[in-house]
Amino acid sequence: MGFLTRFGRTFCLMALAVWLTTAQAGDGPIKITWWHAMAGANAKELNHLVDEFNQSQSKYQIDAVYKGDYTQTLTSAIAAFRAHRQPDILQVFEVGTGTMINAKNAIVPVYKLMADHHVGFDPNGFIPAIKGYYTDTDGQMLSMPFNSSTPVLYYNRDEFKKAGLDPDKPPQTWKEMGTDAKKLRDAGVNCGFTTGWQSWIQIENFAAWHNLPLATEQDGFGGTGARLLINKKPFVEHIAQVAQWSKNHEFRYGGRKDNPASLFYSGECAMLFESTGLYGSVKANAQNFKFGVGRLPLDTRIARHPQNTIIGGASLWVLKGKPDSHYKGIAEFFKFLSQPRQQAEWSRATGYLPVTNAAYQRLKKAGFYAENPGAEVAIKELTLHKPTANSKGLRMGNYSQIRDIINEELEAVWSGKKDAQQALDAAVKRGNKQLEKFQAAQS
Amino acid sequence: MIERRAVFSHRWLPIALVAPQLAVTAVFFLWPAYETVVSAFYVQGAFGGSEHFVGLHNFTALWDNASYLHSFGITLIFSAATTLLALSVSLLLAVNANRALRGAKVYQALLAWPYAVAPAIAGVLWLFMLNPSVGLLARALDGLGVPWDFRVNGTQAMVLVVMASAWRQIAYNFLFFLAALQSVPSSLIEAAAIDGAGPIRRFWTIVFPLLSPTTFFLLVIDLVYSFFETFGVIDTVTQGGPANATNILVYQVFETGFVGLDLGGSAAQSVVLMLFIIGLTVLQFRFIEGRVRY
Repeated sequence: MGFLTRFGRTFCLMALAVWLTTAQAGDGPIKITWWHAMAGANAKELNHLVDEFNQSQSKYQIDAVYKGDYTQTLTSAIAAFRAHRQPDILQVFEVGTGTMINAKNAIVPVYKLMADHHVGFDPNGFIPAIKGYYTDTDGQMLSMPFNSSTPVLYYNRDEFKKAGLDPDKPPQTWKEMGTDAKKLRDAGVNCGFTTGWQSWIQIENFAAWHNLPLATEQDGFGGTGARLLINKKPFVEHIAQVAQWSKNHEFRYGGRKDNPASLFYSGECAMLFESTGLYGSVKANAQNFKFGVGRLPLDTRIARHPQNTIIGGASLWVLKGKPDSHYKGIAEFFKFLSQPRQQAEWSRATGYLPVTNAAYQRLKKAGFYAENPGAEVAIKELTLHKPTANSKGLRMGNYSQIRDIINEELEAVWSGKKDAQQALDAAVKRGNKQLEKFQAAQS
Repeated sequence: MIERRAVFSHRWLPIALVAPQLAVTAVFFLWPAYETVVSAFYVQGAFGGSEHFVGLHNFTALWDNASYLHSFGITLIFSAATTLLALSVSLLLAVNANRALRGAKVYQALLAWPYAVAPAIAGVLWLFMLNPSVGLLARALDGLGVPWDFRVNGTQAMVLVVMASAWRQIAYNFLFFLAALQSVPSSLIEAAAIDGAGPIRRFWTIVFPLLSPTTFFLLVIDLVYSFFETFGVIDTVTQGGPANATNILVYQVFETGFVGLDLGGSAAQSVVLMLFIIGLTVLQFRFIEGRVRY
C-alpha cells in the first residue's frame, strides 16, 4: 500500500517538474525542451552542442534536461505525455524503437517534420546501417540518429605481452579467443574475458556478424508476427562454449549493462566486450595499462567472413501536441545536429560513431583515426558490408522485456542452473510470449 | 458513568482539522489505488493511444507466467528471512543495550543510526563491501576460500539483499524493543530471581511475553517494509538477478510497468500484491494478536 502512495507521489512530483520545465515566460525565444539520458562526459558534450545552437541564433532556445537512464527518460516522457506536459524532443534507446514507431498518436516522423518546414536535409548522408535502424518499411526516416554505438573488443596490451601474446593481434576468431584466454589464465591473469550487454553483444550482434537471422520476418522489420530464432544450433553452441570457459575463468560473468567494465579497469579481466560508446570511459579508467581495440571474433564454423555489426545507442524522437511554432525550431536544431562539424565533434568527444558519412570523412581528414586507431574499428565493423536482412538491425515490440528475459536465461547458464539449450529454449518461449502480446495489442 | 470525551463546540472545526489528512490520503492513496484497479482491466498502448477492455485477462495471464509465480516464492523467502533477521538481531541488541551499565547512551544512539539511511543507500553501502572485484568483505571471503560472486550465485545474492534490507530495519526495531524493555517492571524480574529463575528463564517467561505487543507491531511493520520499501535495495544491488533469484514482487511490478511498459499487467500485479498484503495483515491480526497480552 505504501507503494501505491509512493506511486501517486512520484506521479504528482513528475507532473509538477514537467509543468515547471515547460512553463513559458512571455516573450523572448521559443523554448524547446529536450529530455535526454546522457550523463558524465557525454552530458558535457551534449550541453556544449546545445549552447552552440542557442548562441548561433536568437529565435529558439533548446532546454536540455537530463532525465536519468534510458528507461527512466522514456517512462517520464510517457507519464508526461499522458498529462499533456511532454517535451518536444525525446531521446529513446534503440530497443525502444518498436514502441515509438507504434505510438502513432504520440510522434511526428522526422521525414515529415523536415519536409513540412523545408529545411535542407539529406537523409541519404547518414551511414546506411545507422539510418536503416530508424526508417519505416518505405525507407522514410522516423527518428533522428544521434548517439550510435556498436560493440568492440577492448583488450589489455600489457597483459597480452605478459602472456606471450602479440599485443597488436587481438583474437580474430572465437577459437583464438579460447586459446588466448587460456594463455592469459596460465600467465596468472585473473580472468580471460568478460562481456557487457550480453544480449546485445553475444546474441544480437553475434547473429548479425555471422549473418544469422535473430527472428523471423527479417528480424521484425517485416511485421509484428516476428518470432525469435535464438535457440538454433549456432547460438546454442556459442553460449555452451562460453559457459565451458567460465569453469576455469577464461570467461567471467560480471553483471548486466556496463557493470563488467570494472573487471577490465581493475586489470582482473584481460579482455572486455563493450560498446564503443564506452571508449571515453575506458580511456579515462585504464590508467595503469595500455589498451587496444579489436573487432568482434568470428566463429569460422558458422561463417567464412564477418557480415557487419548492428548499432546500439539512441535516436531523437519528436513528440506531438506542441504549438506549431516549435516544430520549425526542432527542424532547425536537427539540421544543426547533423552538420559534419557538430557530428565530428560529438563523436570525437564521446566515442559514439559519427552518424553521417561526411562527419566520418571529416574526422579521417583531421587525422583523428590515425591518432586513435581504436575509434575506427567500430565504424569499420558497422560498414564492413552492405547490411542484409539479418544485419540491418532488429525491430521487435516489448524488446526491453525480451532483453531482460535473455539476461535472466543467460545468467542461469553462467550459474550452472541450466545448459545452453535449455536456457535458450526458455528464452525463445518466454520472449515469443512478449511478441505475441505486442502483436495482439497492435491489432 | 459519564463518557470522557473531548467535545468541539463547532461542527466545522473537527472537520477542518481532519481535512488535510483526508485530502492527502485521498490524493496520494485512494486516487492512485482506484486508477490502478481500473487499469488492471485494460490493455493499453504505452503512450495511451489505444485502450481495450480485456476483463480478467491481465490476471489470468499472471498464472501462466512462470517467472511471476517464481517471484511469489522468492518474495516469501525474502520477506520471512528479512523480518526474522531484523527482529531477532534487534531484540538481541536491545536486551544487551538495556543491560549495559557504562556507555549505554552512546551504544543506544549508535545503534539507532542506520535507520536514517535510505534503503537505496543501504544497498549501495553493502554493495561496496561485498562487490566481488573491489569489496573489502568480498576479498576477505575469497581469502578464506569462499568463492564470493553474487552476480552469478543466486543464493549469495539473496543473502546480500536480505542483510542490506534487515540492517536498516534492525535500527528501527531496536528503538522499539529498547523502550519496551525499559518499561518491564523490575519488581517482576527481581521476584523471579528470588524464586531461583536464571536469566534465560526470566527472559522467556517474563520479559518476552511482556514484549509481545511490541513484537507484534514490529512484525507487521517489518513484513510490510520487506514487501515494499526494499525496492531500493534490490534496484541498486541486483536488479532482481541473477536469473531472477532476487526478483521480488514489487520489483516485478516495476519491471513490467516501467521497463516493459505493460501498464495493464503491472497494474494487475499491484492489485494482487495489495490484496495479498491486506490478507496477510488480516491473518496476523486474527491469529497472532490473540496471543498478544497488552
